Amino acid sequence: MTSQDNIPPTRAERKQAKRLKRFDNPWMNPKLLWGAGLLLGIIALGIFGRLVWNLDLVFTGSSPLKLPPLGFENLRRQPGVLDHPLGTDGGGRDLLALIIIGAPNTLFVGLLASLIGMSIGIFLGFSAGFLGGRIDDVIRVGADVMITIPPLLILVVFQSAFGDVTLTMMALLIAGFVWQSPTRLIRAQVLSMKQSGYVQMAQLSGASTGHIMFREMMPNLVPYLFGSFIASVTTSIVTAVGLEVLGLGPQRIPTLGRTIYEAINAGALIQNLWWWWGIPTLLLAVIFIGLLLINLGLDEVSNPRLRKLS
Amino acid sequence: MRRIPRDYLLNRLVTLVLTILIAATIIWIIPRLSPVDPAEIALGRMAAGAGSVANSEEILAQLRANMGIDQPFIVQYLKYISGALVFDFGLSTAAFPTPVSTLIMNALPWTLGLMILSLIITFVIGNLLGALMVWERSPKLVKVAIPAAMVFTSIPPILSGLLLMWIFAAKLQWFPLTGAYSIFVEPGWTWSFVQSVLYHGFLPALSIVVVTFGFWALGMRGLMITVQGEDYVKLAEAKGLRPRYILYRYMIRNAILPQITAFALKIGLLIAGQVLVERIFAYNGMGKLLYDAILNQDFPVIQGVSYVIILITALSVFLVDLLYPFIDPRIRHEAN
Repeated sequence: MTSQDNIPPTRAERKQAKRLKRFDNPWMNPKLLWGAGLLLGIIALGIFGRLVWNLDLVFTGSSPLKLPPLGFENLRRQPGVLDHPLGTDGGGRDLLALIIIGAPNTLFVGLLASLIGMSIGIFLGFSAGFLGGRIDDVIRVGADVMITIPPLLILVVFQSAFGDVTLTMMALLIAGFVWQSPTRLIRAQVLSMKQSGYVQMAQLSGASTGHIMFREMMPNLVPYLFGSFIASVTTSIVTAVGLEVLGLGPQRIPTLGRTIYEAINAGALIQNLWWWWGIPTLLLAVIFIGLLLINLGLDEVSNPRLRKLS
Repeated sequence: MRRIPRDYLLNRLVTLVLTILIAATIIWIIPRLSPVDPAEIALGRMAAGAGSVANSEEILAQLRANMGIDQPFIVQYLKYISGALVFDFGLSTAAFPTPVSTLIMNALPWTLGLMILSLIITFVIGNLLGALMVWERSPKLVKVAIPAAMVFTSIPPILSGLLLMWIFAAKLQWFPLTGAYSIFVEPGWTWSFVQSVLYHGFLPALSIVVVTFGFWALGMRGLMITVQGEDYVKLAEAKGLRPRYILYRYMIRNAILPQITAFALKIGLLIAGQVLVERIFAYNGMGKLLYDAILNQDFPVIQGVSYVIILITALSVFLVDLLYPFIDPRIRHEAN
């Protein structure tokens, strides 16, 4: 087992070599693909679930209450066994319908918040790193300030002002808290890039600031931007779910966090209604695992030293 | 020991004061954008308790005077800022007439205790595991088991709290469901009380550790990979030093430095995460205080708690900025 030097490759090894060759493109990283696959699965659940499942079940409380998922009851649910395959909550709402609506909602908030946060981060990070001076000082203090303020506080006022929040408002709010990390990152990268030869060449050749920023520097930032984007999606979803579980998110739109909040409030933990909070938690775990895999994959794409390890 | 240059210290101090001042101003402005009148809420609470309240206009005026919200904004603001300097945030509107500072003083030790404990545990475990993931001599099991465990650490603390609570408190009943100590022991420096505190704090601390060690492990892994290729590690190997010695004294010691900066930046986020954990476990710290204040629209308490959180975060960033060059002699104090 220890020395395999002279043994011809087995079938499995040949297969793996072939597979490795096919994935020679660094972007065909298995972790990246698996992660993207998981997230696409959640999106597909939202799209195709809508087509095959009656979503009105989320709003009608006419189904039997606290019905466990298929396979966990004492099999006495004879008529219409398949009516509620994932069971129902304490209000008689179908959990499958809840997650078909809720899971893509959770993803939507995370993606939108990060897109906005990233745009702010790219703009401010570039300005701070490239222009420097007073502008840099202002942006740095601004970022410091935002790190210290708890998002909870601002959401509370949103809610008392508007009565309820929508998913988009939630995303906008969270975007206000995820821009400072990409800003910091891009600022640092831009500062070090400014010293590099090709940027100085471009400056000497009289290229405009915009040209240098977007045509010369931006392409080199892409791997960092991707990584930072995925990290901020994770942060946004953690924040959104946290607020929802506290009952501070949208109140009439089903989300995974909202469902967990309702379960906790109804004492589902003590009553052993594990599926009520367990199924949304499981879906959240799938989302987070997907994001983690993408992040690890991106790390390997942008850092060749890591590729050897896995 | 090198001295901190005066320019650098001044620069950092100005940034610190500015950060705290702006953040404190923002948390003062935000509640004032809300159309909710805290006096009416307090009156509503009184009416709910007493059935009905006579002379409500007079009482409203009196309540407003008590809360100081009948004065012009600029007076209110100056009062707030000068009060914040001495930790005087006025009286709670929900637990009237308890001063906000009393509420905070009762809650702060719990939160700090829970946070420091879980932060140290998670920092040590996370960095050690991250280092072992890269180290060539680690057992295969370590290299497979840690990434697998990390998949479960990418969930928010509130969910790990729920899971742990369900398994260990509701199902197995090994640990209590809620509270920071048993209601049957008298608070004080007695062994039974300390025991009760540790017993009640175990699950909340664990739920924070479980979800944060992955962050440190991932960061450490990246840093270790960079350190691995450095000449001083190769030199140490060529000198024939023991591999374990190289790992601790050469690799981890160098790789861990940037993690220390991240440590300070993470404190604010951790407090926010802990708010959720404290709510789930009904643990009577700052998080629960903030949450209850939010439900009751108790703005003086919300402001006080937010201010303390801001202070802790800003101060930790400031301290790390000052101390970092002592930890890593290659970095020098530079103004800007």
